[in-house]
Order: sequence, then C-alpha cells, then structure tokens
Amino acid sequence: MPSIIEAFQSQVGRKILTGLTGFLLLFFVIFHLAGNLAIFGDPDAMNSYSHFLHQLGPLLWIARIGLIIIFVVHAWIGISIWLGKRKARPKDYNVYSSKGGPSKQSLSSRSMAFTGFVLLVFVVIHINTFALGDAGTVVVDGEQMTDIKTLVINTFQNPIYAFGYTFVMILLGAHLGHGIWSAFTSLTLRSPKASATIYTIGAVVAVLLAAGFLFIPLYIYFGGGCEAALINCN
Amino acid sequence: MSDMTINLKIWRQKNSTDSGRFEDYLLPGVNEHMSFLEMLDVLNEKLMKEGGDPVEFDHDCREGICGSCNMVINGRAHGPKHQTAACQLHMRNYNDGDTIVIEPPRAAAFPVIKDLVVDRSALDRIIEAGGYISVKTGAAPEANLIPVPQEVSNQAFDYATCIGCGACVAACPNSSASLFTGAKLSHLNSLPQGQPERDKRSIAMVNQMEKEGFGDCSNYAECEAVCPVGISISAIAQMRRDYMKAVF
Ligand code: HEM
Ligand code: FES
Repeated sequence: MPSIIEAFQSQVGRKILTGLTGFLLLFFVIFHLAGNLAIFGDPDAMNSYSHFLHQLGPLLWIARIGLIIIFVVHAWIGISIWLGKRKARPKDYNVYSSKGGPSKQSLSSRSMAFTGFVLLVFVVIHINTFALGDAGTVVVDGEQMTDIKTLVINTFQNPIYAFGYTFVMILLGAHLGHGIWSAFTSLTLRSPKASATIYTIGAVVAVLLAAGFLFIPLYIYFGGGCEAALINCN
Repeated sequence: MSDMTINLKIWRQKNSTDSGRFEDYLLPGVNEHMSFLEMLDVLNEKLMKEGGDPVEFDHDCREGICGSCNMVINGRAHGPKHQTAACQLHMRNYNDGDTIVIEPPRAAAFPVIKDLVVDRSALDRIIEAGGYISVKTGAAPEANLIPVPQEVSNQAFDYATCIGCGACVAACPNSSASLFTGAKLSHLNSLPQGQPERDKRSIAMVNQMEKEGFGDCSNYAECEAVCPVGISISAIAQMRRDYMKAVF
C-alpha cells in the first residue's frame, strides 16, 4: 500500500493534484477579478478594498503562502507532465492528427504547458509591478492607505503593459478553456452525459474571465479611469 | 467501380535497433471492397513476387475482436473511422491516387519489433498486476447465485469490451495507457466478483502502468476517439476514484 505522499506522486495522484490546484487557482482568479472590478466603483473603492486586504495581516499572509504553494505545485506537475511526453514517446509520428469526435484535442488543450508557462512568468512580473511596486499613499476617510489605483492607472498608460496584459489574459482564457473541463475530469466529476455541458460551461466561464480581466487595461489605456483617479494621464 | 491506385508510405524497420525509414510503394489494383489489411496482403504478395521483404503487421481475427491490429494510418490509430479497428476499415474510404502513410504505434513502452509490429507485452504485465479475480477452479458456479444489477453489468460489460489493441496509447499525445488500464480495472471493480481484491488491484495496476513507461493522462480524450470499441474516458475517472479510495 503506498503512503499518501507516494500516492500523490503516482500518475493518478498527480492528476488529482493538478485538478485540485487548478480549481483553487480558478477560484482565486474569480476573486481577483471581482476585486479588480472595484476600479469601476466608487472612486475610492479600489484603494479601500486593497486596504481592507492589507489589514487582514496574518490572514493575508496565510492566503499568500497558500496561494504560492498551490501555484508552485500546479506549475511543477504541469511542467513535469509536459516533459514526460518526450520520455514516453522518444520517436514521434511523422504524420499525426486527431480523430475528432469525443476528442478534446484543441489549440487550448495542446498548449496548456505553453499558456501555463507564460502565466508563470506573468505572475512574477505582475507581483513585482503591483504588489512590490512603488505606489504612493492616499488619504481616504481620514485613513492613510496605499494608492494602488493610481499605480494601476499609470502602469496601463504604457502600451507594453496594456497590450501585454491583454495578450496574457487571452492565454489565461485559453488555459481555462480546456482547463475547467479537464479539472472536473481529473477529479472524476464526470459522466458521459454531462461532459459536453461541462465543457461548454467551462469554455464560457473561461471567455468571460479573460474578457473581464483584459477589459481593464484596455479601458485604462484608451482613456478611461483618469478622471476618476483625479490624475493627469498622457 | 474501377480499381484504385494507392500511394503507400510505410514505416520499415528491420528490428528494434534499426533506426528505420519510410518507404514508398505504388499499389495498383486496389478494390474498394478490400479491407485495409487485405490491401496490405496484396502489397505483400507483390513484394514477395518481386523478391522483396514483405511488410510485417500484426493481425489475427480480422473482425475487430482480437485487438491484434493496431497501426497508425495517416496519423490516426486504426485509421479515419470511429469505432472501427484497422482490420474493419475498408478501402472504399479512400480514393484513387490517395497517399496513405502507415506508422507503427509509437511509445517507449511499445518497442518496434519489425516494421509495423510492436511489442505490447507491457499491457499484459498491467493485467498480470491485478486484472484478474482469484477463484477456486472446478465446476462453473451457478450463474444466478450472485445477483448483479442490470446497469452494473452493462457498465462492466462496456469496459470489458476493451480488446487491448493499444490504440489509446498510440493516439495519446502523452502515450498514456490510462484508458486501457482504466477499462480493465473498472470492469472488474464494478462487479461483485471483483470486490475482494479491489483495492489491491487498483493500486497494483496503476503502479504497473507507470512502471512500464507510459505517460501521464492530460484528459485529451483522444483515446476515446480512437478506441475501436468506443470505451469512454469515464473508465479513467473510475480508475482515479478507485485508486484514491484504496489509498485512503
Ligand atoms: C492563473 C493561474 C492558473 C490557473 C487558473 C490554472 C488553471 C488550470 C486548470 C483548471 C487546469 C486543469 C487541471 C487538470 O487538468 O486537471 C490546469 C491544467 C494545467 N495547467 Fe494550469 N493554471 C494556472 C497556471 C498554470 C501555470 C503557471 C502553469 C505552468 C507552467 C500551468 C500549467 C498547466 C498544465 C501543463 C496543465 C495541464 C496538465 C495536464 O497536462 O494534465 N498552469 N490549469
Ligand atoms: S485483427 Fe483482430 S481486431 Fe483487427
């Protein structure tokens, strides 16, 4: 009988972990988008939300460390599955094509490792830009807090950031287009009857998430948000 | 319909150490009623008459039940048709002048023996690891002694139809044997006779699958698309559930 550690290192265990961490990352991403949408709310909503998170103190750190572990486990297994392909098929086909029908091979599923890898690099840059970035402070209702909103708006004046983010969010959509259905399958939450429905819902959620995320940098770049933040853009 | 001429591009490899190469053959006189394997028989007769080396390929029943045939035809295991083994594929699916590329299933766990013939004994070893039930030999027991609900026996039978051809491995971008292992394991794990050894079986078969060098499953579901008997990837889901249940 394998130990629990050994079980999670088996092919089955690895898949369960990919699905589990994939789902957790999905929930995180949904939360994150909900937070981002505060930029469209009350002028102070985004900074207040960020301030609220910072005030959580140790809880915030627990969440951060948890997220880092989930992210690293997910990326580690994903990359190792991808590397394992070559070992399991040292000589590839000269001609290969999908048979279609029930197959879920698509640009989305075949590029999971690529889109995932870009997300990995992106997250590092993203944390560096915003979490560790040089934001000023602002006083809201007599309380001093980090002015994340101005940092966000300033950052997206730069076309490299605005369009770079847009591009990466399209890749996130592609990752989740196959990923959501795949995570259900990995966690054995499937039936032949429900499969097509789950796939469609997953793809729709993926598109909505990507659209929600990429709307913000584009909106800011094309002039939205400057007035609300009372800063001088361009 | 008049006879067709087919351009064949076939993988030729003398033995497991030979590096192998494609060879082109022009085959006239192909009839639409021929099966794919009969077309290869015609090619081999021609090659032998010309003093050449016939193309080795696996086949036995030629009626889609033994799982011997398993070649990759124009990049698809068993060719273009769903739920059809290569031996059941007919030349009426091709047109005069078509080019057909034939390769062996490619996986580290399936070393090439010669040409299109690969060693699939890795699948046998997965079965040996746990794809059986232990019963006392002797007279067959009375069939109705153990009641099995209809849905359960249907489900088990669906999984039992796996003919072990290995097309799932051949078509999987990761060369995973999850559909084969899942089907064999789920078949026995669904039935009352399979319960005593259920946990042991689930763990042993999953371990053996990995040991043989098959890759991870990425849920591409290509295996279900090429399976000549159409086994659902729900078999893989059941394998995952049963393995985790056995561990916890
Ligand atoms: C925002 C971050 C991310 C989210 C929301 C996310 C989500 C998901 C989901 C839901 C799945 C399906 C799970 C499954 O197949 O069981 C998945 C699979 C996968 N993810 Fe991610 N992921 C993220 C980041 C990454 C990163 C950083 C990498 C790696 C470099 C990565 C690589 C992969 C790979 C390779 C798979 C497919 C695994 C397989 O082949 O079985 N992902 N992801
Ligand atoms: S030869 Fe038996 S299944 Fe094709």
